[in-house]
Amino acid sequence: MLLAGLAAQLSVQALRPPPATAAEDLPPAPRAQALRAASLGEPAALSRLAMLYLQAYDLGAGNALPYQRLDYARLVQWLRAIVDTDPRSEYPLFAAARVYAEVADPAKCREMLAFIHQAFLEDPNRRWPWLAHAALLAKHRLHDLPLAQRYAADIERLATDPGIPLWARQMEIFILEDMNELEAAKIMLGGLLAAGRITDPQERRFLQGRLEELERRLPSKP
Amino acid sequence: MSPALLLARSTLTEARRGGLPWLALFCLALAFGLAAFLSQVAVTESRALQAALAAAVLRAGAAFLLAAHVAASVVREANDKVTELALALPLSRSQYFLGKLAGFGACGACLAAASCAPLLLWAAPGGVALWGVSLAFELLLVAAACLFFAITLASVVPALAATAGFYLLARSMSGIQLLARGPLAEDSLAQVIARGAVDAVALLLPRLDAATRADWLLYGSPGPAEFAAALGPLVLYSGLLAAAGLFDFHRRNL
Repeated sequence: MLLAGLAAQLSVQALRPPPATAAEDLPPAPRAQALRAASLGEPAALSRLAMLYLQAYDLGAGNALPYQRLDYARLVQWLRAIVDTDPRSEYPLFAAARVYAEVADPAKCREMLAFIHQAFLEDPNRRWPWLAHAALLAKHRLHDLPLAQRYAADIERLATDPGIPLWARQMEIFILEDMNELEAAKIMLGGLLAAGRITDPQERRFLQGRLEELERRLPSKP
Repeated sequence: MSPALLLARSTLTEARRGGLPWLALFCLALAFGLAAFLSQVAVTESRALQAALAAAVLRAGAAFLLAAHVAASVVREANDKVTELALALPLSRSQYFLGKLAGFGACGACLAAASCAPLLLWAAPGGVALWGVSLAFELLLVAAACLFFAITLASVVPALAATAGFYLLARSMSGIQLLARGPLAEDSLAQVIARGAVDAVALLLPRLDAATRADWLLYGSPGPAEFAAALGPLVLYSGLLAAAGLFDFHRRNL
């Protein structure tokens, strides 16, 4: 009877169709205070779990809408709540700068860059790499040089930690250099690696993948 | 050796023979497996994710295992009349209670030490050591709470439920106070009363969210003042719970 029951269970589960992709968008973001209360004294763990949950709302994971078509106002609210839950985690700003800002829709890109800029103003010495990337995106994707220069000027003015590399402290010059996005991205990534800012192996792999994708899209200048 | 210390040693032996080490090993494997799996999905901060997640699972797991062991042990001894037999010996009620508490505290210290082992893979030894010490004191508080509830309520499930409710409330109290004071909170009479009630409950609970923080593993060890401020209330509250437990134990007819 036990074996028959087990066989029946396995058969029923095997015959079930795979989960249908539901065309539902991201739910409204919880408040940061609610996330902190729900964390039961472990905000560092909850903020990272929340990022994995948010991340699963893009490609696959049962969601029919790729992240580019998500409600970006809600997405920013989620990122804002997660940043407020653990302000020292870099995961939300990494996702904002490297994933959600790199979309074809200029309005969504601007919305995400505005969030990154606002987050930078709260902790310039820790969050300058994300605004540096935002400046690059503003120049090469949005073709908005004044916006890129504004971000670069804010990094120069507000990121005062002596450990910040020279190219970041002279960001405006870097922005005005006559180079394409691939060259700028390679220099920035090299600078971050040399400064010891990128130590996580998953992050290195992700950024290397992004560079290779850029190389396929854009040839280097001769 | 004093009777209380002998009792503490026998409590530790009972835990060792009762399967607690195997359960602790299972908890370690679960924390390690979950952290390793989820870190593969993360695009950045994979080590921090592993450390934070493993620490959260190990902390909750150790508290649950110890509470379950304390409740089951105390209630079984009461039902089997072992407590009455022990008190018939030249052993005072205070010695019995404090000996049991010391034994359960030692179990908690062993669980805390075991929980530190996997964290050394992802965090600096200094931070892990301080986290482990804090967890040991937190588990002593859990043991004192469960011992009090088990003696008072004399049944496993209510004792576990009361301990779990106390522990979870103590860990989330700061967050609840933040919610009560949030920007969306109105200034109506009901809201003011609710806020006052939340603050009154917070006065009666230890701040467990300030102790055994994953921040110490991820962002560097705390300073001496911060560490003392985290541990002091745990020691104080463990003493309070022990005093309450002794008071109740002394007034019982056994």
